[in-house]
Amino acid sequence: MSRVSDAPAASRETLGAEPDGADARGAISLRRITKRYGDERVVDAVSLEIRPGEFFSLLGPSGSGKTTTLMMIAGFADLEEGQILIDGTDIAAEPPQRRGFGMVFQNYAIFPHLNVFENVAFPLRARRVTGLEIERRVRDALALVRLERFGERFARQLSGGQQQRVAIARAIVFQPKVVLMDEPLGALDKNLRYEMQVEIKDIQRRLGMTVVYVTHDQEEAMNMSDRIGIMNHGRVDQVGPPTQIYERPVSTFIARFLGEANLLSGELREVCDGVATIALPGGVTLRAVAPKPLAAGTPVSLFVRPERIALAETAGPPASALNRAAGRIRRMSFLGNILRYVVDVSGAEITVDVQNAGSRRLAEGDAVALAWAVADSLALEG
Amino acid sequence: MRSRSRDPGVLLVPAFALLAVLFVLPLAWFFVGVFAEADGIADLADWFAIVLTSRAVVTAMITTNWISLLVTAITLLVGYPIAYYLATHTGWRFALVLFCIIVPYFTSVIVRTYSWMVLLGRNGIINQALQSAGLIDAPLALLYNKAGVLVGMTYVLMPYMILTLYAAMRGIDPSLTRAAYGLGAGRIYTFWRIYFPLSLHGVVSGSLIVFILAIGFFITPALMGGPGDVMIAMLIERAVEITLDWMSAAIMALVLLAVTLVLYAFYYRFTDVRRMMGA
Repeated sequence: MSRVSDAPAASRETLGAEPDGADARGAISLRRITKRYGDERVVDAVSLEIRPGEFFSLLGPSGSGKTTTLMMIAGFADLEEGQILIDGTDIAAEPPQRRGFGMVFQNYAIFPHLNVFENVAFPLRARRVTGLEIERRVRDALALVRLERFGERFARQLSGGQQQRVAIARAIVFQPKVVLMDEPLGALDKNLRYEMQVEIKDIQRRLGMTVVYVTHDQEEAMNMSDRIGIMNHGRVDQVGPPTQIYERPVSTFIARFLGEANLLSGELREVCDGVATIALPGGVTLRAVAPKPLAAGTPVSLFVRPERIALAETAGPPASALNRAAGRIRRMSFLGNILRYVVDVSGAEITVDVQNAGSRRLAEGDAVALAWAVADSLALEG
Repeated sequence: MRSRSRDPGVLLVPAFALLAVLFVLPLAWFFVGVFAEADGIADLADWFAIVLTSRAVVTAMITTNWISLLVTAITLLVGYPIAYYLATHTGWRFALVLFCIIVPYFTSVIVRTYSWMVLLGRNGIINQALQSAGLIDAPLALLYNKAGVLVGMTYVLMPYMILTLYAAMRGIDPSLTRAAYGLGAGRIYTFWRIYFPLSLHGVVSGSLIVFILAIGFFITPALMGGPGDVMIAMLIERAVEITLDWMSAAIMALVLLAVTLVLYAFYYRFTDVRRMMGA
């Protein structure tokens, strides 16, 4: 299923000396998996197809069921309904230790009484790998996370970032085809987190393993993932590459959850050739792409990203593919690389992001004209 | 909660005063008074040599150490799984097991010892049950021998072992065993490689506490033991109360006190090191 879309994985697969079913290594298939706590469905009939060699993130607010989903894949949470297939084999009956995944936990879970070398060697010793082989593979894994000279140290002698690297080395040392990561960077500060994102992504690419990554940090998910699954209330609302989810959210929740978004409430007038006409309460009429058929009169929100809106002090020539609106600047926030204006358009607030590239800064009360492409706008229900 | 402005050590003064007046002073008075009867240091040293090499004392010391070791080993073997159960369960199961451990802990040692005597005696409940079931012809000797002492002391000292182990196990992050399973280790390997080493300081602390308490035990071995099970504390009591040989009593008591303090120093050092390691 992934051969066309995922070239590196496909080439690796052809090299593999696997027996039958060799064209899949680390494919995860969730089929309507469900988990209840009491009456609440924490994970509600979640279905996902995760491709071999893919970096897949489960992104959602806390309590959305993303960690529980990961724990069900890992085998720590019972599967009440549904199926989990790894490379086509149902693993529901296998205990966690027999599933053969690498795991990285939020709190690192470095064994405090073992040094770095023995921590990384742990999965190998548990698999009865012999001495010299252990020596070689631990050295390679530590080199991969740039901790070659830290073998003798204990966790308490390491920084948070170094502990996280140990946890990663320990998760990959036995060359698992699937690595599960549960908010591994949650405890690190912002700069270090970005650095580690790049490192993890790099390691994943080099080893070609499937990674299922749970996070509530949208930037992290967008930076690292091949695809993201957005979770909310135990369900997966949307699955797709980061650009698609950012630019074509299927709901106002996802639009708001991922980055800044304008969501202007109005009423749908008509849909013509996939373009919706939306009337805002203040009398302004705007157009937007309608991803699915909607009946006239439905309350909708017009979605547009703040950086897609152009600001001009006076209105330019009209163009049919543009939305236009006039308003006054109500607030200006200086965010360093970005100037964020909040513009009052007949009572509706529209946020506009402008690169801080030396153009004249506008002040509160200035009259402005806004313009943005109809193609950058979406009509979302609700 | 350490306040720098006012030393909270003041709060300990009443406790120390009580301890000094009721324990340290009488003890010192006893030792000084008794040892003063000897004619100088050389004579006192002779007394020590005579008392500590006498057959009764040597036998009692061997018995004391042997019984204490056995009791420590049994409480550890039996207590470890119970402590593990407590550390890994919550809710009513946890509460029930803890209740069963705590309640005897707050009951008088004499009461508990007599309860065992009722159970284990020649015509006790166990022997009667076994006889009426036809499993034995003559009653088993369960009391007034080493087995009786071991049963009684193990029972009395079990809570100390369990609670110490439980405290250590509570400090073990459950995500560590979960990580071990997640990385492919089986239950047995995970136990010996991860869980047991992390609980080891509890094993040492618990064993030291039980051993320290066991070597000074008096009531249970006195009531449940036989003539061959004379422990050092019983010998001291006999010397004070019956033979009125206060010199021997003082020497034996001093040795027992010294051994206890040395063991306690080990215990203290061990728990202190543990804290330094941030466990």
